[in-house]
Parts: sequence; structure tokens; C-alpha cells
Amino acid sequence: MSRERSSAERGVLLQNPLSGISLRRHGGLIALALLLLFNIVFTRNFLHMQTLFVNVSQVATIAIVAVGMTLVIATRGVDLSVGAVMALAGALAPLIFMSSFGRANPGLGVALAIIVPLLVAAACGLFNGVLVAFLNVQPIIATLILFISGRGIALVLTNGNLQTFSNPIFSFLGTGRILGLPFQGWLALAIALFFAWLVARTLYGRYLLAVGGNETAAGLAGVPVRTVKIATYVISASLAGLAGLIVVAINSASDAARIGNLMELDAIAAAVVGGAVLSGGRAPILGAIFGAVFIQLVRYTLLANGFSDEVALIIKAAIIVFAVYLQQASRE
Amino acid sequence: MLGDAFDLRTYTRQLGRSSTITVWIALLCLILFGLLRYDNFGSTYNIGSFLNYNSMFILISVGMCFVIMTGGIDLSVGSVAAFASVVAALLSPHGLWVALPGGILAGMAFGAVNAFIILVMRVPPFMATLATMLAAKGCALVLSGKQTVSVSWESNFTTLGMSSAFGILPWTILVTAIVVVAAWIVLEKTSLGRTVLAVGGSPDAAHLMGLKTGRAIAFVYLFSGACAGLAGVFLASGYGAGQPLEGVGWELAAIASVVVGGTLLTGGLGSIPATVAGALLFGLVFNILNFENGRGTISLSAYWQSVIRGGLLLLVILLQARVQSLGVRSKTS
Repeated sequence: MSRERSSAERGVLLQNPLSGISLRRHGGLIALALLLLFNIVFTRNFLHMQTLFVNVSQVATIAIVAVGMTLVIATRGVDLSVGAVMALAGALAPLIFMSSFGRANPGLGVALAIIVPLLVAAACGLFNGVLVAFLNVQPIIATLILFISGRGIALVLTNGNLQTFSNPIFSFLGTGRILGLPFQGWLALAIALFFAWLVARTLYGRYLLAVGGNETAAGLAGVPVRTVKIATYVISASLAGLAGLIVVAINSASDAARIGNLMELDAIAAAVVGGAVLSGGRAPILGAIFGAVFIQLVRYTLLANGFSDEVALIIKAAIIVFAVYLQQASRE
Repeated sequence: MLGDAFDLRTYTRQLGRSSTITVWIALLCLILFGLLRYDNFGSTYNIGSFLNYNSMFILISVGMCFVIMTGGIDLSVGSVAAFASVVAALLSPHGLWVALPGGILAGMAFGAVNAFIILVMRVPPFMATLATMLAAKGCALVLSGKQTVSVSWESNFTTLGMSSAFGILPWTILVTAIVVVAAWIVLEKTSLGRTVLAVGGSPDAAHLMGLKTGRAIAFVYLFSGACAGLAGVFLASGYGAGQPLEGVGWELAAIASVVVGGTLLTGGLGSIPATVAGALLFGLVFNILNFENGRGTISLSAYWQSVIRGGLLLLVILLQARVQSLGVRSKTS
């Protein structure tokens, strides 16, 4: 455990005095560059279209959820329910387009199979948001409720069965290609750009950062704190719902017990590696995409070089700690 | 921020009573309901197996309660328990007196890692223990080769989880009771316990008063790790295998028990007996549902369990939300 961690850390630490670039500000970028360099030299077939394709299709769901998580973290909150909401949305979609109504009206069926799960996901976000904003329940606890029961509801709906299907239109969400790259990759990029714009250029963005920075002051300055919080949780849950649909579309199968499992951890890790601060007030959306790519690439590097999934877990843990440590050090 | 520490006592009394009383009343009602409705509810067998199974959750909930009282959180307990169960199972051929301390030490090792990351690296507890949760899971899988590790049946290891002290009381319950009472005494009667509460009330004020805050924080994570380790030993001993994939969601069950027991997540306030009551309350709901399933009045699949657990947590939060909003504003520093 310590061997991998220390070599990874040393790689970054060594770079600092040599280059003179601030480790705190550019540590992540340097680490990503080193990781790419390592892969180009050591990993077989790394510079290959297929590698890019696999990585993009895997990273898209993490990136989409991480964007929502970044927004929530910016309000000083956290959303533990994203994985469960993914499961709920992912379980609902096949139920809808495989129902007798969905089979009779394929087009409408697929449309509903996308819209209804997203609405349900948004409702989950509304639930989280109301608990946080109106009842002053701490975000960890408020989202814990759906974390526990959301997946349970999904399992009850499907009776725990694996739903397999073949539906080319719906599967486009997860297997379609545009310009040779996975559809969901473009989707994630579009979502990230949209929310980066939203945070940087709109009133919502201003409000969001104000609420995260100092809630009381924001409230006194006339920011509709509750509305902003609720909207943020709704966004996070909706994005999680979308990610759930994509996972189901990739697999052409829906297993409520597994969709989005541990996704909350990946999303939080991506957001934090990307520069989100748990004490709120910052919403680095593009950073979250960077964090998601970084985490995906670490995992890919380890797996491609013969390390097992378990070791990848341990190293992911070390990266999370190290990323937050750097953040913390730069603030003090 | 400083103000919080000064009115800690009055606020502990008022808020503490009103929120812990809810859980006791609920627990009593459920027990009465069970006793009146089901013949075998009060049987030695039901009580024994109920407590035996829930002793693991009581242990991690008590550990979690200490952590939460300092204003922290320990998300790693589930994975750490799984890791400890693997360690204990691997050590079980050497007998209980090697495997038991081995499992507890395995848990404490992760507790020490948590304390190090939180105190020395200054990483917020939420992130630190999230990371060790992943790390412990990874370690458990690596150590076990991704498979359940069968315990040795020749040695005396399974005595702990499968037999009873003096023929009546299962060992797990006895050990859990001792841990609970010890934790209670530490919290209520020692300066360490007072420091834990003071740190949760206001870390800055506690530090300025000259209290050894670092020591208190290190203690709570070590204790929580030890509790998780012991729960892991119970798991391996009671079910005959070290289980690397067990423990998923335990941390949340523990947090739920602590919250139901009236402990505020902002720290500075907490009750060990009420936490135990909270853990028992959750366990009891499922015990009663099992009885109802057996009677055939309802037929709920296992999937309903988590739905009901979430609903119950919601109910408690709604009850507490009013109490909390009266006296306490969020104390994030």
C-alpha cells in the first residue's frame, strides 16, 4: 500500500523544486502530465483510438455526476444520494419502455423512459433540497435518507431482477458515437461547459458562490438562499439520474443493486481533486471534469499494468487524501 | 463561535433530554407492541439472537457516537469491520486469544491512520475517513484474495460468536455490554470524556482553555477503529468466515443510530445509552417486520428493509428538526 502511494507522491513532490511551478496550484496538472507520460512509455497500445474510446465512455458518467456534486459542495453541502438516484433512474427506464405501453409506442416509450426517470431524479433532489434548506438538516444526513432507501426503492420496483433489453434508440445514450467518440463523452462535455457558463456568467452562479461563501451574509444581502440550495440539489440529482440512464444504456441491462454503486465516492473524489473545497464557496466545474479524468486515468493505468481493482481502490484513497492535503496546505 | 462553549451545559440539559427521550419512548412502545402481539417475542431465543446480531451495530454505533461528539464523522467503520473480520479469520487457527486482539488491532490501525490524516495532514474527517473506507476495503480484498475466508473450526475462535457465557448469555452480548458501560463511564466521568464534548462544542475554545484536543480527537478515532475491529471479530466468529465484502452501509446504519439517539452531528452533545437505544430501535423494527412476515399479515421482500430504514430515519429527523432549530445554529467553523 505504502509503496505505490509514496512513489506517486514522490513523483509530484520531486517536480516542485525543479520546475518552480507552484505545486499547490498546478499539482494536479503536473500529476496528470506525469501519468500520461508514464502511460505513453510503459502502457501497451496507450496511444490508440480504442484506449481513448474506452476511457471516455467510462469517465463520462463520473464526470456528469461530479459536475452536480461540485455545485452541491459549493453550497457547503454534499450529496450522498447520487448513486442511489442513478439506480432509481436506471431501474425505471427499462420498466417504462418494456411495458406494454412502451412496446406499443416505441418512440413515445423511449421518450418517456428518459423523461420520467429524470423527473423522478429531480424529485429526489427536491426532497434533499427541502430537508437541507427548510429543515436545516445537515446535508450528509439529509442525503443519507435517499442513499439508504433510494436503491431499496429501485430494488423493490424491479423485484431485484436484472432487466436485459435490446433497444437501439435508448442504447444510443451509452453506445452511440459522434465523430468516433462516445455520445456520452460529448454529452458530459456539453453539460460541463453549460454549467461552467452558468456558474461564471449567471445570477444563479453568483448566488451559488455567495451562499457557499457565507450563507448568513448572502441571506442578508437578499440572496434567496433556500431556493438556490434546493435548485442545486435538484440539479445534482437530475444529473445523477442522467448518469444512471447512461449506465443502463451502456450495458443494455439494468441491475438496480449495482448501478451507481460507490458513485458518490468517485464523484466527491473527482470534485475535490478538481479543486472543490468542502467548506464551500468555490465551484470549479471544469476542475471536476479534470478530476474525473484524472481518477479514471489512474484506474486505467493501474488496471492496464496488471494491478488489481483492489489495489486501485487503495491508491484512489491515497490520491483523495493527498489532494485535500494540498488544498488545505495552500489555504494555511 | 466562542459563545457556544459557554452555554454548553444549559443547552446540553434542555436539548439532551428532549431529544433522547423520544428514542426511549419509541423503543418502549415497540417492545410493548412486540410483547403483546407475538407469542415468541419475549422468548430467550428471540432476545438472544436479536441482541447477538445487533451487538455488531451497537459497537460501531458507540464508536461512531464518540467521533460525532467531537464534530467529526467516521465513514470507514464498515470497511474496517470487514477488514478486521478477514484478519481475525486468517488468525483464527492460532485461537481466540490471537485472533481477537489481532482483529481489534487491525481496526485500531485504521483508526490511527484516520487520526493521522485528520490531525497531522489537517484533512477534514469526512474526506479522511472516506479515503480510509476505500483503503480498508481494498486491503480486505487484497488480504482475502477476494474471497470469504473460512475460520478455523478446530480452534476455540468460534466460541466468541456462537456460544454463551455460563450457558445463558451469548459472549458477544456480554462483551458488547462491557464496552458500552466502559464507554459510558469514560464519557461521563473522565476528563477525556469532557474534553471530547468540549472539542465538539467549540474546538477553538477547548484549545484556548488548554485542553488536550489533539489527544481527544486521536482517542475517538482509535476507539471507533477498535469498535469496528471488534465488530469484525464478532462477524467472523459468529458467521464462520471473514467477509471482505460485508460492512457496506454499516457506517450509515451507525450514523443513523447515533442521530436517532439524539446526538447532534455538529458535536458537543451526545449520549451513549441513547445511541444504544437508537441501534436497538433500528434492529427492533426489522425484528418486528420479520414476525409480521412470519404471520403472513404482510409480505415484504428483503429489499424493503432499506426503504423502511430510510423512512424511519426521515421520521426521526423530522421530529428532531424542530428541536434542533430552536436552540442550535450550525456551528461550522
